[in-house]
Amino acid sequence: MAQKPIILSAEETVSARRELFRRKFMAFAFVSPLLLFLLFAFVAPISTMLYRSFYNPTVAVLIPQTIAAMKTWEGKSVPGTDVTAVFAAELKQLAKKRLSGQLAEALNRVRPGLSSIVKSTARKMRRAEDADLKEKGTELLMEANGVWAEKSTWRAVARAGKVYTVDNFLTALDLETNESGSIQRREATQIYVALYTKTLRIALIITVLSLLLGYPLAYYLANAPSKLANALMLMVLLPFWTSLLVRTTSWIALLQTNGVVNSTLIWSGLIDTPLELLYTQFSTVIAMTHILLPFMILPLYSVMKGIDPSYMRAALSMGSKPVPAFIRIYLPMSLPGLSAGALLVFIISVGYYITPALVGGTDGQMISNIIAFHMQQSNNWELAAALGTLLLILIVALYWTYDRLVGAGNIKLG
Amino acid sequence: MSSKSDSSFLQFKNVKKSYDQKTLVVKDFNLDVKKGEFVTLLGPSGSGKTTVLMMLAGFESITSGDITIQGESIKRTAPYRRNIGMVFQSYALFPHLTVSENLGYPLSVRKLDKSDIKAKVGNYLKLIELEAFGDRYPGQLSGGQRQRVALARALIYEPRLVLMDEPLGALDKKLREQMQFEISHLHHRLGFTVIYVTHDQTEALTMSSRIAVFNNGVVQQCAPPDDLYERPSNAFVAGFIGENNFISGNVSAHKKKTVSVAVPGGRKIVAQNADVGSGEKNCIISIRPEKIFIQPTAHAYDNEITAKFVARYYVGDFIRYNFRLADRTEITVKVLNDLAAPEFSEDEDAKLVWLTKDCFAFRKERQ
Repeated sequence: MAQKPIILSAEETVSARRELFRRKFMAFAFVSPLLLFLLFAFVAPISTMLYRSFYNPTVAVLIPQTIAAMKTWEGKSVPGTDVTAVFAAELKQLAKKRLSGQLAEALNRVRPGLSSIVKSTARKMRRAEDADLKEKGTELLMEANGVWAEKSTWRAVARAGKVYTVDNFLTALDLETNESGSIQRREATQIYVALYTKTLRIALIITVLSLLLGYPLAYYLANAPSKLANALMLMVLLPFWTSLLVRTTSWIALLQTNGVVNSTLIWSGLIDTPLELLYTQFSTVIAMTHILLPFMILPLYSVMKGIDPSYMRAALSMGSKPVPAFIRIYLPMSLPGLSAGALLVFIISVGYYITPALVGGTDGQMISNIIAFHMQQSNNWELAAALGTLLLILIVALYWTYDRLVGAGNIKLG
Repeated sequence: MSSKSDSSFLQFKNVKKSYDQKTLVVKDFNLDVKKGEFVTLLGPSGSGKTTVLMMLAGFESITSGDITIQGESIKRTAPYRRNIGMVFQSYALFPHLTVSENLGYPLSVRKLDKSDIKAKVGNYLKLIELEAFGDRYPGQLSGGQRQRVALARALIYEPRLVLMDEPLGALDKKLREQMQFEISHLHHRLGFTVIYVTHDQTEALTMSSRIAVFNNGVVQQCAPPDDLYERPSNAFVAGFIGENNFISGNVSAHKKKTVSVAVPGGRKIVAQNADVGSGEKNCIISIRPEKIFIQPTAHAYDNEITAKFVARYYVGDFIRYNFRLADRTEITVKVLNDLAAPEFSEDEDAKLVWLTKDCFAFRKERQ
């Protein structure tokens, strides 16, 4: 049925619009602090990281003329004097400014072993006269090291000179480009794929463990008398109020060779020699399960709290046995909490850093520890960014799969 | 009680329940229910009626005593083996299953054929007039529709007994009345046995074959609705069921079935003796507001007292009068809204009259 159009006077329209604008403005004002914070603390750094993972300007900035001269080089033979002489001159400049080390490091990443060669060549170029370099730069370079007479060296220089590159991603996936330019598995050490797999496996084990520990507890809490439930809830939350470091170190005290666990076991006569508990995958898993358990329990509890006990009673009264009734009725109803908890624990543990770093040893290291290593020690920020980006992609992909299978609308955090 | 086999369909024998091992929530509960009967447990909240229902359904243990169905004790039978249908106040319709799946659930538990389940679900959807709603989820139904689905789900597997725990508590007044009618209708048509719990006396009076009035864990009276209303056996029942006036007085003479009572204002009233012991001096008289007439009246009467007029309220189909006795006891009188309804000025004296068969004398200790 056609409705009679509502006619507002011009004045009324204006005031209605003003009201609407005012409401929108208020809504924006309420969320803007969070938006700003997210923009500065989350969106900006992550975008920078994403950008850094394929933006690699170091070499192009250090030897701009060489890279410019190499544009026309096709890579079929050693480049001509127009390139090599310029390179020799630029090396000298770099050596003077004490920047040759940076170039050495950058080139070394593309072709391991180049570092010392670049450095020694740079020192030799520094001693040469400018005029000499202009006249016979190429000869000086070849004299300095035979490597400069190989075309593969120059290919490496060309690769390193690319401002935008996917090399970091290839490295992060244990791949490399071969002579002919196609992608293959890296012949040298392959660590990253294995590390990703291990990280996912550890995260999965932690998720399953905290689910097994958390689900019955959350169920009990949700159905217990409120006084008891509150007291128990306090114990669940207590770890939240304790410093992460304290909790992790307490596991060191427990698990170390002469720690509480080993002494108890030896004292009770179950073992003769102390077990290797600390600095293993086992210690990473057990400490992280302990730390992440509240993230599983809280969403589960809040969802279970909302499930009326009469559902189970109804199912039983209709003749369903307790276990089938639980599977068919209670479990689907608790699924929103279960998936929220599992997703939360899984995602947090995939990117966890501090606990594996402290108790994990070499065996219990996860991908974040390698990322930290590249940021702090090897100074390879580009690779760290690529590893981090891959981790982000992995999590988004997992979330997407989850959404397709279960439906993200099902998640209920509280 | 009729024949023995009929009355022993469901029996509660000296059932007691304590949650804290100190106080009894249900004290010595006895009840015999016939097959096909509609028995209501009525009482204020906390009177133990829901506990009785939960013990019957198997969700609470029985502290002492026994419950038998068709002569067999169900004390140690698991809830899922009792074959009892239950309708919850919250309906407890599974939100992740459609209406059809909800109805089919008890049948699939019983491992019926898919085609049988489909046919039966179809029948019951038709019975509750929700044929077009089979594929909807409970969240997409209105309160009354959910209630009907919950009812059908408790009936579909033809349990030997159906329990209803305040099933209409969440509905508004109009819908509640309609559902009362529908439940009664289904009960007459299908002839199942019902134990119904409510705190709403109108609901209890209109639907039940018998009502057990609960207070403090004890059944005060168990009788058909009219008996309960017309012949309450103690002061609690008289006060709990319907509206009532209470006048306290002194017993002056005991007869076989009646007592004479002196009430404030000096009058003597003859009332039927409900539970006044022969030695007791004090008692309370109850008389329903609609059984009192205001003089002058054509109605016959046995008792008469004088009271002062306080107020007159226009309710619609009747008019409510408030009077006050000499000891400030309030007396309410309901008069049909016809031309005979008298008018009074404030503090005017009025003569109120009624029959002995309509008033009862109770022991003083009112709970």
